[in-house]
Amino acid sequence: MPESILERVIRVIASAQHMPPEEIHPGSTFEELGIDSLDGINIVFALENEFDVNIPDEAAKSIRGVGDIVQGIDKLLAEKQGPSG
Amino acid sequence: MSPRRVAVTGIGVFCASGKNRRRFWEALTSGRSAIGPIEGFGELRFPNGAQIRDYCPLDQFSEKEADFLDPFAQYALIAAREAVAAAGIQWTAQLRRQTGVITGSCVGGKLTEDRAFRELYEEKKTRFHPMIIPRTMANAGASAITMEFGLTGASFTISTACSSANHSLAQAFWLVRQGSLEMAIAGGSEAPFTTAHLKAWEALRVMSPDTCRPFSKDRRGMILGEGAAMLVLEPLAAAKARGATVYAELAGAGMNADAHHITQPSVEGAARAMELALADGGVPADAVGYINAHGTGTPANDPVESKAIRRLFGAHADRIAVSSTKSMHGHGLGAAGAIEAAATVSALDTGVLPPTANYTTPDPECDLDVIPNEARRAEIEYALSNSFAFGGLNAVLAFRRYNP
Repeated sequence: MPESILERVIRVIASAQHMPPEEIHPGSTFEELGIDSLDGINIVFALENEFDVNIPDEAAKSIRGVGDIVQGIDKLLAEKQGPSG
Repeated sequence: MSPRRVAVTGIGVFCASGKNRRRFWEALTSGRSAIGPIEGFGELRFPNGAQIRDYCPLDQFSEKEADFLDPFAQYALIAAREAVAAAGIQWTAQLRRQTGVITGSCVGGKLTEDRAFRELYEEKKTRFHPMIIPRTMANAGASAITMEFGLTGASFTISTACSSANHSLAQAFWLVRQGSLEMAIAGGSEAPFTTAHLKAWEALRVMSPDTCRPFSKDRRGMILGEGAAMLVLEPLAAAKARGATVYAELAGAGMNADAHHITQPSVEGAARAMELALADGGVPADAVGYINAHGTGTPANDPVESKAIRRLFGAHADRIAVSSTKSMHGHGLGAAGAIEAAATVSALDTGVLPPTANYTTPDPECDLDVIPNEARRAEIEYALSNSFAFGGLNAVLAFRRYNP
């Protein structure tokens, strides 16, 4: 099984925050994880590299937790692939 | 009312000569040079430097702290931790509000900058790491120290090339003396070993192809060093009241500009800076027994500094011992004045004068007692520590032995 987007997001956050991935769940918020705005910017940078996408400033500012990230990455990857069918 | 006397009650050192003050002082008083081959930066016309060996940030910091701090800021914090611990400070909310941190840095976070620029220009990466700005800013060390100890008094960073730390210590001293601060943590830090920065020094043609031999006729230039040193300064009365160990007093400081040349030193400027430090501290010239020289080991600096000492002190210059400890810990740039202040204070405190290492041959142009190669016992009343920067910005500190 290839790693899912959720699994990759959790891996990236865990690595950027130097925390065990087991502590990060699909519903975790940045607040719960003790991630401040500067940590958030580091995580956005790591996500851009992981998924090779550009996360716009407005989208980066609106991230509140793991759910927002997975949703946003899904959207960016879909846009990158272009219209299907 | 006479001005407050200012005591040095804490010292922290982290450099090639020693990763704490005790080891640093053992190395210096043994005349042992930390200069050796520079590793990991390709071919250079100067193969040697005074690098900190076997440095592992994770011995000192959490992974996350290390992510946020360039080595130059890490060094500053390590030295500050040692200085604060040595001072045995009992922090109160009021003392935290009245304590400031003043640091010197010549080049800031060069390692971080060098890596980032390489990624951009060479590896053609399109995204920059978000921490480059906070890691490279020259005040990163000062800020990290304020946050570690919760200090909210006046805090800032001074960048005056090789005089940065002396300007910082002088400014901290004045703020404590005039009552603007009740305590200061002051010094400097530098981590200048990066490929691009080493090539820039190479291009200036002031680096020694062998070692650093200040005042020796066969001297061939300077040797780059790195690290940090921090001093804790507080009013002498407060130090005595809390029963602190007083290593020495910081008695006076002098600053001026040569207004002469971007790299060439000036006899007049250097002499005047020392004169100002004596005047500021009310130090009688004939009470000075030791000078920790700027002593870079370049053909230009050492004769000029020797002449400046002779011009200011006249016949008394023959009775002053002068050494350049850069011969052992290298030229720490923005950390130099702090590392040398730590050496000067330790000399007054222990009654041992550190030597000028690597000395082989007297130079009539540098006709001073330069304590060649071997440390010397001497009880000194006053000592100066000189910094004369590129750009002609000078800062001299006058320390006094503490007589309880």
